[in-house]
Amino acid sequence: MMFGIDVRQKAWSAGLIVLFFVAWELFCLMTGMSDLVLPRPSQVFVTLVQRFPVLWPHIVQTLATTMFGFVLGVALGVALGAIIGVSKTAYDTCYPLLIGFSSIPKVAVVPIFVLWFGSGTVPAVLTALSICFFPIVVNIATGLATTEPELEDVLKALGASKLDILSNVGLPRTMPFFFASLKVAISYAFVGAVLSETVASNRGIGNVMMTASSNFNVPLVFAGLFVLAGLGVALYVVFSLIEGQVTGWATRKNDVIAT
Amino acid sequence: MRMQPYAQFDGQPVPEEPAATAIELSEASVTFGRGDRAVPALSKTTLKIADGEFVALVGPSGCGKSTILRLVSGLVQPTSGVVIVGGREVAARAMRVGMAFQNPTMLPWMTIERNIMLPLKIVEPFRSNFRRLRKTEFREKANALLEQVGLKGFGNRYPWQLSGGMLQRANLCRALIHQPRMLLLDEPFGALDQFTREELWAILQTLWMTHKPTVLLVTHDLREAGFLASRICVMSARPGRILDDSRVAFARPRTVAMTFEADFVALNQKLRAFIEDARSAAEQGTG
Repeated sequence: MMFGIDVRQKAWSAGLIVLFFVAWELFCLMTGMSDLVLPRPSQVFVTLVQRFPVLWPHIVQTLATTMFGFVLGVALGVALGAIIGVSKTAYDTCYPLLIGFSSIPKVAVVPIFVLWFGSGTVPAVLTALSICFFPIVVNIATGLATTEPELEDVLKALGASKLDILSNVGLPRTMPFFFASLKVAISYAFVGAVLSETVASNRGIGNVMMTASSNFNVPLVFAGLFVLAGLGVALYVVFSLIEGQVTGWATRKNDVIAT
Repeated sequence: MRMQPYAQFDGQPVPEEPAATAIELSEASVTFGRGDRAVPALSKTTLKIADGEFVALVGPSGCGKSTILRLVSGLVQPTSGVVIVGGREVAARAMRVGMAFQNPTMLPWMTIERNIMLPLKIVEPFRSNFRRLRKTEFREKANALLEQVGLKGFGNRYPWQLSGGMLQRANLCRALIHQPRMLLLDEPFGALDQFTREELWAILQTLWMTHKPTVLLVTHDLREAGFLASRICVMSARPGRILDDSRVAFARPRTVAMTFEADFVALNQKLRAFIEDARSAAEQGTG
């Protein structure tokens, strides 16, 4: 009856999530909370539906900048991670620099991007990139550096080149690490894009929330938050599904052993 | 420490000059680390192995048996001395070598079939044709080998779906698929149960008798050495060197039943005596 237990567990989780919003709703109603402080979920939902035609282009903008920054971040992250994971010198040189860079609050970097490229889409893409590439670098580098020497020996004994070993052993072995980092990176990319939109843009969800909060339209601010959360969850799910397809070999709890 | 080079168990002397030399170690030694932390793994060792010989290396654990194998495969460079494999210094590394370790080391993201075809993807002349032939000729090759070791129909399984014995069979297939002239086996059956092990001995013997590659087998199991090898080298404790080097002349194909006959048991006991000596000498040395 594995299936039954699985469904019941899923139902439980869904129920608890719904319960969270119900509790929030009841809390606001019972304490008579002003919607200027904390709007009820139902209010947020109504605002979201009513203002959707206005919100839509901003959603597209944020999604586009996020994805663009994310894709660039992944490309950069994989390249850097591969170099760092393979070469000891690159590891010693780049790691301190990377940790230093990732420790800088990105709010402090946005004005520099604006200075260089003007406000709008470009700094949003760059901020998304600069915030999301770090977990990818770390994971790719870790995956490569922890590859079992025995697996590499198999190829080395055949006279394989470093590139052969990287493409046949290193990179495939790193895939589970890579996908784990993608799921973190996509959330980070959203944070980066919205951050930049909030500071220096006239488009995007970040900008909508900024404008709404200066007009004390708190339900709209929360609507923006819900949209971001929804997008984040959706993309997370997409990557989880791809991950299951590509790296099924690494997560095989339920597979049956051959007889 | 007792030194008895070229002792004979069966009356046949080791030939002074074999026809063609496949592997030659001259005064090769290996030390890991440097300075105070240097660990000598192999003392100056001289060893000549002729083309088509089946040589077993036995000795107490940690005596440098595997180091010799790694020297020959080019995974380790000699600290001093020279290692010549197939007429070239190993540094050049252009030999067709097949290698199998104690762990089957199948890549978990590939099916067994693709794992076995891996050498074809790396080694010339197969490499240039890999894209063209991997779905046809190479695949048939892999499946033919799988059938020989009794794994017919398991090619499209993943490594985790197979038992340890099955993986080790697949491991043998991978070591053989590129028709290497030389096979380096590092305790390939060490982690298996007795029955599977004996079954695989027979398979390996058949494979050797048909293809006649040069084989260098590292093992702890004296019966295994006696069953498979045409020549057995006994090594001393760390840092290792070769104490004894002798031929095994039992007729082939050998059977498991033969390993219980008087001659065979006598050979085993001789080998045991050498290893016991080496171990106690090592203990006196350190204690």
